[in-house]
Amino acid sequence: MATATHADEIRAQIPHQKSLIGFYRPDNHKGLFDWLTTVDHKKIGVLYGAFALFFFVLGGIEALMIRTQLLFGNDPAAPDRWQFVTAQTYNQLFTMHGTTMIFLAVMPLSAAFFNFVMPLQIGARDVAFPRLNAFSLWTFVAGAFVLNVSWLFQFALYAGWMDPAVADGVDHLKRAMNDIAPGGSWVGYPPISSKEYSGIGTDFWIMGLQLLGVASIAASLNFIVTIINMRSPGMKMMRLPVFTWMTLVTSFLIVLSFPAITIALVELMFDRHFGTGFFRVELGGQPILWQHLFWIFGHPEVYILILPGLGLISEILPTFAKKPLFGYPIIVFSGAVIGFLGFAVWSHHMFTTDLGKIATAAFSLLTMAIAVPTGVKIFNWIGTLWHGRIRFTTAMIFACGFVWNFMCGGLSGIMHSAAPADHQQHESYFVIAHFHYVLIGGAVLALIAGIYYYFPKVFGKMLNEKLGRRVVAPLIIGGANLTFFPMHFLGLNGMLRRTHTYLKEYDIEKWNQICTVGAFLLAFGVLFFVLDMILSVVKKGWAETAPSDPWDARTIEWSTPTPIPVYNYATLPVVKGVDAFWISKYGRPDQKIEAAPEHGDHGIHMPSQSWWPLLCGFGFFLMGTCFALSSAKNFVMFGHNLNQFVLVGSAVGLGLAVLGIILWALEGPGGYHLHIHQTADHGKKSPKDSAATAAH
Amino acid sequence: MSAHADATSTDGLLPGSGADLKATTTGIENKKMLMWAFLASDCMFFGTLISTHLIYRKIYPGVGDTEIGRDPTKLFSLELTTFSTFVLLMSSFLMALGVSAMHKGDLKSFRRNVLGVIIFGLIFLGCQTFEFYEFFNIKGLSLQNNIFGSTFFVLTGTHGTHVAIGVFWLVCMWLYSFTGRFTQDHAMDVEVAGLYWHFVDIVWLVIFPAVYLVEFIGKLN
Repeated sequence: MATATHADEIRAQIPHQKSLIGFYRPDNHKGLFDWLTTVDHKKIGVLYGAFALFFFVLGGIEALMIRTQLLFGNDPAAPDRWQFVTAQTYNQLFTMHGTTMIFLAVMPLSAAFFNFVMPLQIGARDVAFPRLNAFSLWTFVAGAFVLNVSWLFQFALYAGWMDPAVADGVDHLKRAMNDIAPGGSWVGYPPISSKEYSGIGTDFWIMGLQLLGVASIAASLNFIVTIINMRSPGMKMMRLPVFTWMTLVTSFLIVLSFPAITIALVELMFDRHFGTGFFRVELGGQPILWQHLFWIFGHPEVYILILPGLGLISEILPTFAKKPLFGYPIIVFSGAVIGFLGFAVWSHHMFTTDLGKIATAAFSLLTMAIAVPTGVKIFNWIGTLWHGRIRFTTAMIFACGFVWNFMCGGLSGIMHSAAPADHQQHESYFVIAHFHYVLIGGAVLALIAGIYYYFPKVFGKMLNEKLGRRVVAPLIIGGANLTFFPMHFLGLNGMLRRTHTYLKEYDIEKWNQICTVGAFLLAFGVLFFVLDMILSVVKKGWAETAPSDPWDARTIEWSTPTPIPVYNYATLPVVKGVDAFWISKYGRPDQKIEAAPEHGDHGIHMPSQSWWPLLCGFGFFLMGTCFALSSAKNFVMFGHNLNQFVLVGSAVGLGLAVLGIILWALEGPGGYHLHIHQTADHGKKSPKDSAATAAH
Repeated sequence: MSAHADATSTDGLLPGSGADLKATTTGIENKKMLMWAFLASDCMFFGTLISTHLIYRKIYPGVGDTEIGRDPTKLFSLELTTFSTFVLLMSSFLMALGVSAMHKGDLKSFRRNVLGVIIFGLIFLGCQTFEFYEFFNIKGLSLQNNIFGSTFFVLTGTHGTHVAIGVFWLVCMWLYSFTGRFTQDHAMDVEVAGLYWHFVDIVWLVIFPAVYLVEFIGKLN
């Protein structure tokens, strides 16, 4: 870790401090313990990113298995039919692929950028609630593990370690312990997700998503307060970098949309565990209510995935075009409008459910309207590039690839907004093509561009530009297009999504094979990209050392030294305008960033580290896993009936999480003061002259 | 550079600097803003639950085919619920007095008022427990036997859970006030707990008409 040397020197001077409940605060640790107890937004951001990339690779492997299964069509006449995975496993693969990519890859990768970049961009020393931030991280990790640990139990079943047999021969109980990985697709529509038609996989899915919801809402509340309340002097709202603006909009979307799915999941859980009738037709429940509740969350979720990307692109394009962002206020306004409209278009996912003419027309119209602010952004980006002095770094290639691919996905999105056309495209591969263009061509390309852009700041190393330009970018952008463009044809020819196989006689095998080849090319691109990242961090001498401002960038996060000190800014920067660092470098003398005066000689207040957020995360993980396992009341492993064990386990897990919160409240915020003696100008402080004292 | 008007001018304030931890850009304390944002989120939780209940009420005007009858007005005991609503409303009044006492540093008055809030909250929870007991054991309404039971118990149960969490929070605060570490500096913590309590109260003032009173329209002579 790049900040290690610097941080260690300072940390060695922190006096041992007892918290109010008598434990030593874990401020002086190094290595693993430091990472586990950290409250530093930069380290939390790095951890979010590392977990997100791990799950991105996992979700990618699931995608490759799906594509391999679809490599050959099904010929009922042929004796040796192609079957790479069974239909049940296929259901689990596409369910977990979708859930993983959305909740465990793209959202946390965005959260990584929110955490690392946003406090730096507003000139803050940390987020408003550092321990809450750690709580969000570990709760996210708990939810991710709950979802994926289901695979391990599924394998245990296949290996014969678990016994699905039930004494009284109840059919759904038998299914419950056969279908352990989630298999009801990422939208989990009842009745497929009901007790009668799915196993405890759905319980893993419910618990995992609930925890991820808690993590996302807690993190977003933190970001909202940070952006509104922690800005450095002069950083007015309309001087915020666009990425920070998009963080704010995304956070509001999360805070307001996640409750809908939380309640929907609670209702589904009650249906499965306590026999309520929310979505059960036999009691008069209406499964369509789930669809409404899910998409009231699900559509804002789409913008939760893409808005951070739009923010990153709005940082990268101006930097490499050497021009201010064209129409900054309009870009900000468009982002906010997208956020508002995102709540009013959910039913376009349900055009085929016979909503009635008026409702369909209204949602159709609103969906078309949302193309306007999005189109405005595209034109603003083109306006930014126009007459710019463009440098085609890898980040810039991905950013330009984003603009083009995202636009392709947007155009097919407008096609869906016309309800009659949507009836033809619904549930077909055309939809798959559309949302992969906006998610890979949009969100993922933007996030990769963001990684190439910010990697030098985070790790102090340059990613390999030659490899990026010549191998990674062509493979990823080309591979994605090769995979997903043919899916438009497949979909319009009638190939349905979520089907395990297709008949050979449909004559769609060729396009499917092209898709599969494209998927593997894309995977190789990601492989080179991830390897380059890992080697750059781990292996000395692999990558060049990065200067503090390698791209001649415009926003104030680049005014910090690399590696960034734990306190970010030795003195808080007084911001003089939009693109504050750029005008500080090249503007009038009065536009230079100034150091805000500090009152007295208190030093810099640093938050204390804490074990309790980690304890909460561990408790949540135990609770989620044990609760899901207990739900079939039939958990037999290695010949032992472990029902009581998992029931107790889920109670203990909840207890540990509550205990963590109580101890966290009782230990007091703590904190210590760092005294950094000024040796030179703003941003150049010598750590050797620093000293630490306990907070009073 | 663009010079856009901004209501929250920042000059002179140093958020997060060593000098004054409480200085924020807007002047509103971080904790308070967090609670307001959370309450916005909580509105959506209850909004979803209340909508679920009302949608099914519209689809199924009767309560079901069970013995308890098809008319929810025969199920509800309006006198009991009115009483518990009044108690909850008054608990908010005591909460406001408690917050005000803490701002003045009057720890004794704070303890007295918060103890009142706790007792009133417990009375409300007791009424709800009695109501659930009566519905389930005497009138035969359960989670499983019809959709009204599902939506009613889950909606009012979620609200009851919120009240219980609030009571637990206030009990912790009340106990903590005896440690000597609880001073006027913690007035904001009390205020934040108060915000939560008032919100839970206000939600009940939506649930009471939307779930109980609305059933009696045209039926009280």
